[in-house]
Amino acid sequence: MEFENRDIISIHDFSTKEILHVLDVARDMVPAAQGKEEKNILGSKVMSSLFFEPSTRTRLSFEAAMKRLGGKTVGFSDAKSTSTKKGETLADTIRMAEAYSDCIVIRHFNEGAGRLAAKFSSKPVLNAGDGAGQHPTQTLLDLFTIREEKGAIKGNRVILAGDLKYGRTVHSLAYALAMFGVDMAFISPRGLEMPREFVSLVKEMGVDLYEGRDLAEAVAEGDVLYATRIQKERFPDPQEYKKMASSYRIDNEMLSGGKKGLIVMHPLPRVNEIAAEVDDTPHAVYFRQAFNGVPVRMALLALVLGARR
Amino acid sequence: MLTKELKVKPIENGTVIDHIPAGMAFKVISIIASGRDIDRPMSIVMNVESKRLGKKDIVKMEDLVLKKREVDKIGLIAPEACINIIENASVAKKREVDLPKRVVGIVKCSNPNCVSNQNEPVDSEFVLASKTPIRLRCIYCERDVTNITENLI
Ligand SMILES: [Zn+2]
Repeated sequence: MEFENRDIISIHDFSTKEILHVLDVARDMVPAAQGKEEKNILGSKVMSSLFFEPSTRTRLSFEAAMKRLGGKTVGFSDAKSTSTKKGETLADTIRMAEAYSDCIVIRHFNEGAGRLAAKFSSKPVLNAGDGAGQHPTQTLLDLFTIREEKGAIKGNRVILAGDLKYGRTVHSLAYALAMFGVDMAFISPRGLEMPREFVSLVKEMGVDLYEGRDLAEAVAEGDVLYATRIQKERFPDPQEYKKMASSYRIDNEMLSGGKKGLIVMHPLPRVNEIAAEVDDTPHAVYFRQAFNGVPVRMALLALVLGARR
Repeated sequence: MLTKELKVKPIENGTVIDHIPAGMAFKVISIIASGRDIDRPMSIVMNVESKRLGKKDIVKMEDLVLKKREVDKIGLIAPEACINIIENASVAKKREVDLPKRVVGIVKCSNPNCVSNQNEPVDSEFVLASKTPIRLRCIYCERDVTNITENLI
């Protein structure tokens, strides 16, 4: 397994063995991610952080990850402040970043931007989300969270709930879970179902799949409940939105019908999907999930920069 | 007499594309006609009975040899087609069009938000995700082209 100098573009580029290796390294990174331990293994390295569209959470956790390993970061957090506005191609921006740094983290509004960046850079590129496309570090931190909280990835029944049509994190996650043979339930309102091609892909991969609309009913069967944000704009009728939002709202009453060890995950930011009362229960792991972005990104940076094998 | 002549008149030198699925001849012609002047005789025969396809189209072109790029494009829209190169009134070479594993620069990604459609200095690029039916997956946005014929460059 060789990670040095490798690009991290899409979860489709990984085998299950490679994913588990990243998650093992991430576990080693936790004490340093918490600031309890020093780990200056990237002391002389510089990371370019190119955020052509804002994403505070992803950017901060990448930058924190680099700094926790003793590295430095340069970059921008918004395309408004870059020369792209003056018509520079992405390819040229990448060539510049390649010259100034040891690795490139890119968030971009066009699908495929990560792959294109990797073409123009001999230094490793890490895709931090490309349009409605891939966001592999999010998928890896979701898998890491399930593994750390439940002890293993396989053997759980995972409920993916909410907007499964536009929520890109759930597409990659469903694919990755299927790679591990995890049985799933897709629960979504009418019109926001998982795209058919993902449903057939997951079925072809041989996992048991249930599709439905009633979240309260599905909760009883699950070990992991992964909720996504449902945007108001998807519903032309505000009444309809209200009705839907209340039936997909996760609160203590709904969770009382579930298993004791059920964990609730959410990529955050949440709006109304999870009631605040859930935060103090053992079910709530979404804040730890957000923290896990740091050790997972530390692991990836250390691996692609050759500081860890 | 006239019908017969039109149907079977052999050509001296040139190319005959046989086993084009019925109705696809005009698409094949448009691939060949774009980017070159056609000033030699060309004939199209449509809806001929065919054992293999039920019905088929045939295109005959005098004094014309296809470029690789054109063969690749024809392969994508009419994979069953067979290209006969005619020299001195007989078939000098016969080849089935073959599907390349990677398709570079001849099809546009059908996703308008794909980075390959944004004036970046790269050719479009696809891997053959499936042979029957033909599905091309963009190496950039990882989506399949929805309509190959409409997206030929
Ligand atoms: Zn594309």
